[in-house]
This record gives sequence, structure tokens and C-alpha cells, in this order.
Amino acid sequence: MILNRLENSRRKGGQRSNVHRNQTSCGVRGQGLREWPNSLTMVPCCQVLHGKNWPVGFPQKDFSVPRKRIKIKQKVEYLSILDGDGHVDAALDPKLDGDLSLHIYRLMLSARLLDERCIKMQRQGRIGTYGPCRGQEACHCAATVVMKPEDWVVHAFREPGSFYHRGWPLETVLKFWGGYEEGCRPPDGVNDTPIAVPIASQIPHAMGIAWGMKLRGDNRAVLCYCGDGGTSEGDFHEALNFAGVYNLPVVFFIQNNQWAISIPREAQTASETIAQKCVAYGFDGLQLDGNDPLAVYVGTKEAVDRAKSDGGPTLIEAVTYRLGVHTTADDPTKYRSDEEVKRWEKLDPIPRFQKYLLNRKLLDKKLVDEIEKDVLKEVADAVDRYEASRDVDPLECFPHTYAELPDELIEQKEEFRAALERENVGMGH
Amino acid sequence: MALMNMVGAINRALDDALRDDDKVVLLGQDIGQDEGVFRVTADLLARYGDKRVLDTPLAEGAIVGGAVGLALYGLKPVSEMQFSGFAYQAYHQIEQHVARFRNRTRGRFGMSMVIRMPYGGGIRAVEHHSESRETIYAHTPGLKMVIPSTPRNARALLLASIYDPDPVIFYEPKAVYRAFKEEVPDDPEQMPIGKAEVVREGRDLTLISYGAMMRPTLEAAEDVADADGVSIEVVDLLTVSPLDTATITDSVAKTGRAVMIHEGPRTCGIGAEVVARIVEKSLMHLEAPIRRVTGYDVQFPYFARERAFLPNADRIAHAAREVLAF
Repeated sequence: MILNRLENSRRKGGQRSNVHRNQTSCGVRGQGLREWPNSLTMVPCCQVLHGKNWPVGFPQKDFSVPRKRIKIKQKVEYLSILDGDGHVDAALDPKLDGDLSLHIYRLMLSARLLDERCIKMQRQGRIGTYGPCRGQEACHCAATVVMKPEDWVVHAFREPGSFYHRGWPLETVLKFWGGYEEGCRPPDGVNDTPIAVPIASQIPHAMGIAWGMKLRGDNRAVLCYCGDGGTSEGDFHEALNFAGVYNLPVVFFIQNNQWAISIPREAQTASETIAQKCVAYGFDGLQLDGNDPLAVYVGTKEAVDRAKSDGGPTLIEAVTYRLGVHTTADDPTKYRSDEEVKRWEKLDPIPRFQKYLLNRKLLDKKLVDEIEKDVLKEVADAVDRYEASRDVDPLECFPHTYAELPDELIEQKEEFRAALERENVGMGH
Repeated sequence: MALMNMVGAINRALDDALRDDDKVVLLGQDIGQDEGVFRVTADLLARYGDKRVLDTPLAEGAIVGGAVGLALYGLKPVSEMQFSGFAYQAYHQIEQHVARFRNRTRGRFGMSMVIRMPYGGGIRAVEHHSESRETIYAHTPGLKMVIPSTPRNARALLLASIYDPDPVIFYEPKAVYRAFKEEVPDDPEQMPIGKAEVVREGRDLTLISYGAMMRPTLEAAEDVADADGVSIEVVDLLTVSPLDTATITDSVAKTGRAVMIHEGPRTCGIGAEVVARIVEKSLMHLEAPIRRVTGYDVQFPYFARERAFLPNADRIAHAAREVLAF
């Protein structure tokens, strides 16, 4: 920035035009008010920069205003439709059609049963560390079903039902946690990003995809998952800030499962809700019961519809609970009580939704058993396909580093090949 | 042909790309209305509008992270980091996503993008504006690292970088920005990425450098050749990753002597890799130990001391004579 000033002053022969002075004085990081060396008065940079666009609450004509409360126009609401026992608020019930309702139910069950199988497989050494989603199935299943194929879904790492709905084979999740890059390859035509491990670093990608949609004039939207811990990362702030500035068609869906490994939600942020962080970025927020698939669906659908009608981003906080471990390498008894887990088990989304569907006569006992049997079969088949795909060539770590391998990498690949032949090494899984 | 400095030549490459490919978008701080703090993006907002030239809020991480999203969506983002010294706030995006997306999605999503950043010392800039950290990017698999040295090769390499299917970190030697002019063709011209260039032919010694250090290197080559009656070859690396091993080792095999010059710190610098490859491939041709003339392994000094600090033609000539005399 200082260089900018030097450069300008050289270019203009030392004469600074107003425009350049404004840009320079406003460009200094973290300084809203700045004394310009040759000016007579202190100039609030917002006044100079924005002209008529005075900031909210800033004195308009004179400087003698009283102290007053600033009115914030962003809205932060709470939504829940099913109560803890599966009773519905009739006025809010979206009365989703039978097929969609059963699809969401089935998807949640797939996530649950795959999850259970993955934990067993980790214990047996057939996959590596696994991060379960138990208790959070309503969040990602009921939100992702809102998205159309031409929309994009940007994933974190606890959304197996979302991948399945979008067309990723069920075993893809096993491949990722089993140590194969193939678990990150979206099927052709599927507009999703794969599991993202670093926490929150996927949020700017969602913003960027939405930016692309807006620049190209495409009537589409992006759904982006992240956890409560991720909201402390700089990427969360930067991406939401950009999304607000450009009014982008993106829904930030925070699964607040109360724990970021051992750090409880209260220790993660002093904010009363995560949803209210939207205010700082200039768009609306919604806190909803993340164990209530109807609230998740309705909240996400409204946000996506708004995004597609140029209404900008929404921050959704889905209040849920991680019933299981953070990953299979974690021991939650070190930081939370069994009583707490038991309290949340009563709010398990699957029995709640099942009860609602039984009441609506969309399910009966026989269908419940049938669906469970079907899903168990799908999971078993996925495990078989995973097991059958495990013999891979170690040399495949080379070809996708670049579109075309440079000479040095061709040489290194040959060196690796020779070493493998000498050592007669298989995959050794 | 038009005579222009490197700022004008880079501007011309951006103009070419914006005109010829509607997927190309530029993004960065102050690149639109302000035309960039070095005026590299002059006239581009006026010519292509605010859907192609995107002024952004002040956040390097979101510029690069947003560029990842734009690239996923099929656009070709050319991001500007105002100075390479601020790119560390985007480094996590570069390492965790830009460099890895192609591999981790098994080729489904390539990251065709360019991240431009002015680097290096020599313009009396404030702290954090003068470092050379090309090693960080060269050490990151999945990235390409290109460093031009003249207006013409800057234009040709930037165009090649924009059309490359992989992510390119494009390090612009800001000491060269307005230092001299060169004829640049009117029609778009590209140079291959990953190819070094022998810019001066010789038989007795090879000087190897890139970027801003090419000027003192060429000056030293001329001084020593004239004064001592020796024949000196000079190699401009142009791309420091992937490195063009063959051009380097062929030259050293011919001359038997080499001096490596760069302004970044010596330890694990690009010179260390160049020397390793010479030793691996051309050891038996060497007539003398290889010397490195580089920045020292200290923080780049504030500008009161930078003129003394930066490698110059005298130091390069001194090293060249030592190697020739061995």
C-alpha cells in the first residue's frame, strides 16, 4: 500500500489527486481514520471513500448526534417443525410428498448403517481412521436433497448420505477412509467437491463456485457444509465476507454438533448462536433443529430459493449432536459425560422421523423392516465392491500430479518402478 | 512489435487472454479501478468490465480459495497477490487445495489457474515487500513455478501459464518491472513452461540464474569475458519448477564450470537443487567446485541495507573468476 502511494506520487509528479488520496488512505490495513500529512483535518476514510454512502449510525449532517442503538436489518430466526418425540407442528409441516419423505428416511438410514459398518471395519483394520456421522444424519441428508444436479455441493467430512444422494457409489466413503485417493473422485457429471479434511478451507471454494455461477449468469446455487469448529477459522470469515459483498448464491450449512474434538461449542465462540454471525456479513441467518429433517429441508429450501432469486447467501446453523467419537482415534470420555450423550440420544433424528412417517402412514412396520433389509444389502454390496477394488498400483501416485508429467517426474516414476520390482512389494493392505 | 517494459508486457498478456478466452477472469485487491498498485492491470476493467476484472476485498486466502471455486466451475482465474510477502495468508489454500485437487480427484478436477505475485528486492520497499520465496512453491508438488526476466519472456510465459492445465505460481521480478524496455510482438506469443534458455553461448563457464538476477548475471558475464578473454555461457531458468535439467547439465557438461545465482536465501534455495542435479548428472565433467552467489540465510534487510545485500555483478564476477581460476 505504501508502495502504491510512492508510485502514485511519482506518477503525478507529487501532486496527489483526491481519488488517489482516498484510495491510499483507505487502503491502509486496519485504519479507519487516518491523518493525511498535507491535509488540514482528520478525514474519516468512510466519508471520503463512499461519498453519499455513509455507514449505518454515522452522523449524517453534523457531528452532534446522541448515543443510540444501531438498527441491524439482518434477520436471525429459529426453526423447528418436529418435536423431540416426532410430533409435528401442523402449521409448519411442509407435507413433503411421500417419495421424497421416504427417500430422506432411506438416505438417513444408509448413512447410519454405513457408519456402523465403517466403525466395525476400522476395528478390524479393513479401513483406517473413520469419522462417524451418527446423530447428524438429518442435517446432511435432508439438506442435500434440496440441491438439483446442476447445483453444487461442497462437502466437509461427515456427510456420507449426501455423497450417496448425489450419485457417488456408497463404497466411495470406504475408499477415502480406507486410504485410496479414488474415494475423492466425484463420478463424471457430479458437481461436488470431495471430503475436505483441513477444516473450513472448503468454504472459500463454495464461495468461488457461487461467484462463477453469478459471473456466468447461471441460475444455480451452492450448498456448503462445515462444522461448528470450522467457524473459528479465517477461511469461514473470508468466504462469508466475500459472499456477502458479491451477494452470491450460496448456503453455508454449519453442522453444530456441539464438539470440535474436545472443545465444546461455548469454548469455540462467545457468540450466543453461530447463526447470528451472518449479521456481520450482511445476510440472513437461520438456526434450526438439525435433528429434525423437516426443519432442515424447509430451512435449506428457503435459503436455496432465495439464493437462486438473487437474494444472496444464507448462514444456517443446524443444532445437532455428534453421538459418536470425533474419529475412531478419539476417546470422548476424556471430555464429555455419558449423561450428556444419553440426553441427546433421545433426540436421535431417525426414530423421530420414523414416528412422523408412521403417523403420516407413509411407513408401516413392514416397510420399515423392508427398507432396513434393503439398505443393509446395499451396504454389504458396497463393502464387497470396496474389498474387490483394493489391489491398486502404487505407481498411480504419479500420473495425476500434473496433466502431463514433467521429465523429472517420469524419471522418478521409473526409479520407483525399479525399486518396487527389486523389493517385490505389493500394496500390503 | 512494440517497445515496452515488463509492466506493459504483462498487461498485454492479460489483455490477450481476456480478449481470446471468455473463461479468463482476473481477481485481486485494487486491480480494477486502481489498475493494480503497479498499474499492471491498466485499462483492463474499462475494457472488459467488472465480470472479468474483479476487485476483491482484502483477503488473500479468499482470493486464492475463491479462485479454486472459479476453476472448479470451469473458469480460468488469474489471481494477483499484491506482493508475494502477503501470499502466505493464502498459502494454506495453495498447498491444501490448488496443488492437490487434480491428484486427489484422480484427474477429474484440474486447477488451471495462475497466481501472479511481484517478488524480490531492489525497489526500496517497506518490510514484507522484498523477499524471494520461490523455493516454497517449487517444493510443493502439483505447482509450476515460473519466473520471467524480460518484458518479452514475461508476456510469453504468462500467456502460456494462463493456458496451462495446471496451477502456475507466476513470480514477477518487480525490480525489472520498469527497469528497461524490449520489443514485444503484437500477436500473442507463448514460450514453453519447463524450458530454460541459453541466453548467451560460451565454452569456459556456465552462469545459471533467473528473474531479477539475470541482469547482474549478464553484466558479470560480459565484464569477465571482456576483461579476461574467456567464453561464458548464461542459462536463464525461466521455470524453476519443473526444472529443465537437460539444458543445465548439457551446458555444464560443455563448460565444466558453473556458478549459480539467485537472490533468495542459499539453504534449500533453487541453487541447491540445480547444483544437486549437476552433481548427479554431470559430475565427471566438472573442472572446479560449483559456487553459489545468493542472498544470505537471514531475513531480507529493510531497504536501507538492501542495496548492499543484494547479489550484484561484482560478486558474481568475483565468484566466476574463482571458479575459472580453480
